[in-house]
Amino acid sequence: MTRQLLTVAALAFAILVSAIAVVQAKHKTREMAHELQVERVEGDRLSTEWAQLQLEESAWANPDRVARVARRELGMIQPRHYVVLESSP
Amino acid sequence: MSRRTPDRKTSAPPRWRGYFLMGLFGLFAVVLAGRAFDLQVLDQAFLTKEGDKRHLRTLAVPAGRGAIKDHNGEPLALSAPTESVWAVPGAVLEAPEKLAPLARQLGMSVADLRKRLENYKSRQFLYLRRQLAPADARAVMAVDAPGIFLQREYKRYYPAGEAAAQIVGMTNIDGRGQEGLELDRDDYLHGEPGSRRVVQDRVGRVVEDLAGFEPPQAGHDLQLTIDSRLQYLAYRHIKSAVIKNDAKGGMVVMLDPSSGELRAVASYPSFNPNDRDSIDAKGVRARAATDVMEPGSTVKPLLLAQALDSGLYDTGDVIHTKGWFMVGRLTVKDFRDYGDVDFAKILQKSSNVGAAHVGLKMGREKVWQGYNEFGFGEATGSGFPGERLGVLKDFYEWNDVETATASYGYGMAITAFQLIRAYGALADDGKLHGLKLVEGKGANMQIPTEQVIKPQTARTIRHLLEGVIEPAGTATRAAIPGYRVAGKTGTARKAGAGGYNANRHQALFVGMAPAEKPALVTLVMLDEPQKDAYYGGAVAAPVFSAVMRDALRLLRVPPDDPALLAASADAASGNGT
Repeated sequence: MTRQLLTVAALAFAILVSAIAVVQAKHKTREMAHELQVERVEGDRLSTEWAQLQLEESAWANPDRVARVARRELGMIQPRHYVVLESSP
Repeated sequence: MSRRTPDRKTSAPPRWRGYFLMGLFGLFAVVLAGRAFDLQVLDQAFLTKEGDKRHLRTLAVPAGRGAIKDHNGEPLALSAPTESVWAVPGAVLEAPEKLAPLARQLGMSVADLRKRLENYKSRQFLYLRRQLAPADARAVMAVDAPGIFLQREYKRYYPAGEAAAQIVGMTNIDGRGQEGLELDRDDYLHGEPGSRRVVQDRVGRVVEDLAGFEPPQAGHDLQLTIDSRLQYLAYRHIKSAVIKNDAKGGMVVMLDPSSGELRAVASYPSFNPNDRDSIDAKGVRARAATDVMEPGSTVKPLLLAQALDSGLYDTGDVIHTKGWFMVGRLTVKDFRDYGDVDFAKILQKSSNVGAAHVGLKMGREKVWQGYNEFGFGEATGSGFPGERLGVLKDFYEWNDVETATASYGYGMAITAFQLIRAYGALADDGKLHGLKLVEGKGANMQIPTEQVIKPQTARTIRHLLEGVIEPAGTATRAAIPGYRVAGKTGTARKAGAGGYNANRHQALFVGMAPAEKPALVTLVMLDEPQKDAYYGGAVAAPVFSAVMRDALRLLRVPPDDPALLAASADAASGNGT
């Protein structure tokens, strides 16, 4: 009788533990799902920003613009008469 | 659960406990039945309405299209996410105080906005503004008006604009390829949209995300061999040359001879792929691949290379010309009588008579075979959509007239890609490479490299071609200060209805520098220049010089002009002492 009772008690305890574990797992899942969602949004934001930055960079680095800035604002010219000097580092 | 049973000794529980429990269960049953009745019958209308407000939906998650990048990884075509603003008109109209700020952020007048919303009041979905930059879209959402939502859409940007438009191509409004490589490699570039199962409420808000998220598969990036700096350069110069010469069109193709990689393929007229409405069919064609032309005198170095290589001629051999000669009913004519010419002079003066003599001595089969070995009439391997193979008639259909004309580049049709590929072999010591336009994982099948002439022959021809740029040559204006240039002019009459048209020409120049070990081969073609001077040397050579000068500087190719090097050596020793 006592053995039986002990078995029941052990099983009941196991059920309790597993129930708590289920609750905890469920909670964890929700937490992680939320985290995933946050990361997804962040990843999305970053890829958007990356695309924007690439476009911005190519707009600034547009050869026509670079040539214009070099010529007009920096007063640069193309070398016509020059000599070639060898130099070793 | 862990109740200890204290009444182990009592024989039976009192009867009332049984009745009490039964009653309790009965009560539960009644409550449940009542609730069911309430839901199913009394509240049915309300609940049906509520149910309709929430939908189980599978939403598409858009996938980004792969980028097209140049040789250095700079974007030539790029998809950037944009937000489209949509509204549930009825919901927006419920908050009239938000209309003014909303209209301001959307860039429309309040009256217009109200009118649109009222016109479509019965609808559940109305686009207010499509493809907004994310920052602008956030500003719209910051108004916090009810019934306003964003939808992700990708927009295709072409940073190189019209400079690379024919090669890169463009997509249509649905993001699928429509022209150029965008069309040809659409499957490679296009991503697979993903999906998510959600519960949405009446106004489209996602109430709950269910299991079953399929992540979108982004498209692959396509890497080209094009160097966008050279591409810009080539486009800028050909555009100004076409306008200056009042030509119908023109193109510049640049090739890295050591690898067969195309560095620039520019043609004018062009179109702006960022503005779908401005497109003119004339500008869409990638002339270098899809248009055939008669190469004219530009084939002479190829013919002479084969003549030398076969041992039939030596560079010192002298050919007697007197300005003209008859082949059957054809009179082959030179610009003027050059007298006795050797190979150097045939190229320098572009003597048709000299070339025809060489061709006739080689015989039709060898002439044909020579061109065929240089890849005329065959695929170049560029893999560009719509690339033509040109026409090189079989030699057994040739008579002497056709052999003679073929010797100076008439009676055949080739593309600019084929011509520059052949010159690439002259530049790379006789190795004919397949052309490459796409590199990396997206590249198409490679054509094996072939040694078509002896390395020494190629070097000799390059040296002879330097004479073309010298003061006595036909293309003095192709000279580049500081570099030794090898190249050849060509002027082809255009064939139209009823034979050749005396007033319609194509001016050509194909050249390479530095002559000793060319870093770049460049082809320039102007279609129907209208000025009096339509010769390749007068029209195309200056474009070559301008493009190459900048290109060699950009690629940091050291100058090889002996005069400059000698002066430099003097300067260096002068500085040293």
